[in-house]
Amino acid sequence: MAEEEVKLFGTWVSPFSRRIEVALKLKGVQYEYIEEDLTNKSPALLNYNPVNKQIPVLVHNGKPVAESLVIMEYIDETWKHNPILPADPYERAMARFWAKYIDEKFCAAARKIVVAKGEEQKGEIDEIQQQMKNLEGELKEKKFFGGESLGFLDIAANIIIWLVVGQEALGMDQILNEEKLPVLHGWLHRLLDDAVFKECVPPKDRHLDLFKVKFGSSIASK
Amino acid sequence: MASSSVADQEGQVMLLGFWFSPFVKRVEWALKFKGIEYDYVEEDLTNKSTLLLTSNPIHKKVPVLIHNGNPIAESLVIIEYIDETWKQNPILSQDPYERAMARFWANFIEQKVTEPAREALFSKGEQQEKKVKELKEGMEVVEGEAKAKLNDKTLFFGGGNGVGYVDIVLGWTCNWMETIEEVGGFKVLDPESQPQFHKWMANFREVPFIKPTLEPKEKLVEFFRMIRQDRLGLVANK
Repeated sequence: MAEEEVKLFGTWVSPFSRRIEVALKLKGVQYEYIEEDLTNKSPALLNYNPVNKQIPVLVHNGKPVAESLVIMEYIDETWKHNPILPADPYERAMARFWAKYIDEKFCAAARKIVVAKGEEQKGEIDEIQQQMKNLEGELKEKKFFGGESLGFLDIAANIIIWLVVGQEALGMDQILNEEKLPVLHGWLHRLLDDAVFKECVPPKDRHLDLFKVKFGSSIASK
Repeated sequence: MASSSVADQEGQVMLLGFWFSPFVKRVEWALKFKGIEYDYVEEDLTNKSTLLLTSNPIHKKVPVLIHNGNPIAESLVIIEYIDETWKQNPILSQDPYERAMARFWANFIEQKVTEPAREALFSKGEQQEKKVKELKEGMEVVEGEAKAKLNDKTLFFGGGNGVGYVDIVLGWTCNWMETIEEVGGFKVLDPESQPQFHKWMANFREVPFIKPTLEPKEKLVEFFRMIRQDRLGLVANK
């Protein structure tokens, strides 16, 4: 078997690079992790992703792949055991649809929540709770979006954790509360309990501190 | 046409769309490329059908592909579904790395060309200037990629003489970009600084299954002018 060289350029606090860590670990792929400083990007990163200059970038035998969902599909197609995407084309389409929804709609709403104030913030919170209700419709009775085990959409939905940590850091009321979103609330706990997944979230205290430093001032000025 | 019996028909393919939508056109190109028979349903922007609203309750938008009664929304998701369900005339390569490159470029096009173009069409003043600048930057990168990948033997991003995923995703530019420029009142297309891109557009327009689908510019301009006025009119009245 040819020698495989796998490198991942990421940051400890990026949900997008953490997604790739989950995917690689689920497949048992050995990789070298390179922590980037986004204020001082390495020549290697700029060389591997000249178009967007962003992490994550996966480099497999010298060939770079960028964009977290693109990387996840590449991983699934290259290492075929423990599939992340379902086999059925329709179910794959659903996983991709909802992953896109998360990356476009959820991310936009989450960003707005931390900077908005008063009524506007309340509106964004309502919006994101509706989005999470929509996600519950996709999850239904299942243990994970992927079924019995973690799949593509569970990994893509990791970003929900960043919302939960963010709201805690800013002293906000629970947005993902058990009363309003029981199904997703249960899912989140199962996700954080998963042996592989829980290794791939930022250390809570450090994450809370970073959030407070980055966004705390916008709350203090209310 | 009765809609209740649609779900019962094995193998039936239905596409809900608008004649003027570049996103719908992409899906039609994918279907035609594979020679797939489908029923096309023209939706009304001001009066969306129950079928559309129940098939795509999240976004309430076209295109929606309904196959064996199962609805799929989002043009790129639909195209991958088509490619995985009907194996003839592959749209994406079989090689995982080639697929990753194609998906990367499709994403780039959507974020740095399609989105800014749409936003430039429906904005004015400083906001529009900002979007036109983004669009120009996106086009520069596309030209760079075209320079790197295309030549006299390789006419399309799909490789050789055949169109592929990236061509289908970028294809809307060959018809709608001029319309957006005219209606929005700005210029991004420049044959001098975008020679490879212009060659690609000219070749794409001539592809036999693409050519007959391209709407006349006057018709698109008239329609989008109305939409733009409508949208900006609402903003001004606030």
